[in-house]
Amino acid sequence: MLRPGNWIAAGDRGSAWFLGVLALVAVAVPILNLVPPPSSALHLSTYGITLIGKYLCFGMLALSLDLIWGYCGILSLGHAAFFSLGGYAMGMYLMRQIGPRGVYGDPVLPDFMVFLNWKSLPWFWYGFNHFPIALLMMGLAPGLLGLVFGWFAFRSRVTGVYFSIITQALTYALMLAFFRNDMGFGGNNGFTDFKDILGFDLHSDKTRVVLLAVTAAALAASYMACRLIVESRAGRVLRAIRDAESRTRFLGYPVESFKLWLFVFSAVIAGIAGALYVPQIGIINPSEFAPINSIEAVIWVAVGGRGTLYGAIAGAVLVNYAKTYLTGAFPEVWLYALGALFVLVTLFLPRGIIGLVTAPDKDK
Amino acid sequence: MSGKAKLRDKRLYLEDLTVSFDGFKALNDLSLYVDPGELLCIIGPNGAGKTTMMDVVTGKTRPDSGTAWFGQDIDLLRLSEAEIVGAGIGRKFQKPTVFEQLTVFENLELALAGSRSFLKALRARISPAQQGRIDEILEIVGLSKERGLPARVLSHGQKQWLEIGMLLMQDPELLLVDEPVAGMTPQEIERTAELLLSLEGEHSIVVVEHDMHFVRSIARRVTVLHEGQVIAEGDMDKVQKDPRVIEVYLGV
Repeated sequence: MLRPGNWIAAGDRGSAWFLGVLALVAVAVPILNLVPPPSSALHLSTYGITLIGKYLCFGMLALSLDLIWGYCGILSLGHAAFFSLGGYAMGMYLMRQIGPRGVYGDPVLPDFMVFLNWKSLPWFWYGFNHFPIALLMMGLAPGLLGLVFGWFAFRSRVTGVYFSIITQALTYALMLAFFRNDMGFGGNNGFTDFKDILGFDLHSDKTRVVLLAVTAAALAASYMACRLIVESRAGRVLRAIRDAESRTRFLGYPVESFKLWLFVFSAVIAGIAGALYVPQIGIINPSEFAPINSIEAVIWVAVGGRGTLYGAIAGAVLVNYAKTYLTGAFPEVWLYALGALFVLVTLFLPRGIIGLVTAPDKDK
Repeated sequence: MSGKAKLRDKRLYLEDLTVSFDGFKALNDLSLYVDPGELLCIIGPNGAGKTTMMDVVTGKTRPDSGTAWFGQDIDLLRLSEAEIVGAGIGRKFQKPTVFEQLTVFENLELALAGSRSFLKALRARISPAQQGRIDEILEIVGLSKERGLPARVLSHGQKQWLEIGMLLMQDPELLLVDEPVAGMTPQEIERTAELLLSLEGEHSIVVVEHDMHFVRSIARRVTVLHEGQVIAEGDMDKVQKDPRVIEVYLGV
């Protein structure tokens, strides 16, 4: 039995490796960016930091997906919706921080509202100039959506492929809604042209390495929280639900409530990942809700190795690295390469890439 | 059965139960009693009402008429399926359903009595008393050596025993066991007979079974069902000589 204090000592080498590599990235990347002069071969460019930050955010999204899919068999094909909602909450804060520095110079209204001839701030924008409130909303908005959506879906005992399909519909519906100008979220263009966060200039390398370190810390913290859940008795109940749902119900476990708690927690992690993504990438718009994004996230998890947590994160980083390279070198082959990768991994590596380096009986 | 006084201390009372599905009477005025600590075997041809009887006791099916009491003061017909489990009736289905990916020990852990909420389960630890209970059950069902193995590697018979062990974790007063030896090897059947006999006395057990050899090896009392009614009762020899039983079931 693993206990919170000693789960690394208990022989969880995967976790030890993962946290070690993550700590190395969080320390090495800032040093390589700030210490060597830009002319040096060791220097890591701003572009490089942004890329690594983006990979870590995607890793966090993959983590949240693996928690529900790998351990409870809930395949969400709409997790980008939670990611995007977290991102929008952060975007709203960043928009309010622009203040009078916008193109139209309105002290309160973001540019797109001035452009639409709006005279006052919509009520749901109130408070977003305060970081603590925005921070709360980065978790609350995706969490509430997960709660309401999950409550209806699990209570009606929607499972398997039907659940996956309605999560696709959910993210698609949100994408269409956020495309509308009168929603008050910038429509087609979304939010961009951010200036600073908590008073720090978003264009300075120092702010960017701090954001990267915060992302690494958030990823480590959510990883450990997920690890604690899956190693607890609740985690064993979740795996029991995954493998024999009605049997678990027959033992007296409220299966719906287990699924709902897990789903909401997963949605919050995805939301925080999205919130960290936006200031590093510098833009959020409705295309983040696109169904293809959620499906890509599922592919990261499958490629990395489902049901291991660190495998999902490794998959997200590797697939996105490949995407960065291929879309640069051979843009037209990327989607074929992604499809082929998914097929090959499913056929030949059912335990994902991580299955190549871990013993088969370690996973339960 | 004669006289109400004699009926005072039964574990389970089923009286005048009738269940019909689209005009077909699955149970037809069925009356049946189970003594505390008794091991009762129920036999009967397909469609005799054995499974329907178990469904009524566990709350899965509601009868059209009749009564079902668990002891003197628990009216089973007023309880939900979950409440019936809580009242102390455990049912083992024909097909073994254990959690394949969890270890034998973890399977039993999930069956531990106690809170079932997510937040409690997050912090749950196995107390020494619970540890002792799991060890004891592992001993009873003969899976002590397999405790650390994933349940998927167990043999068919071992899975059945594990499932019986999971029922025992909740310490039920009444165990309903549906065809426990179907598909077992002769050695496993023998071992299952020993297991059920060792539980006799502490738990009331109702076994539905087709395997006559097995029934003969465990049963003190056999009840024969046919077309939703009890047609014979008594020890195996008496039942096998009963002309009606020979006609409907054992007859060649």
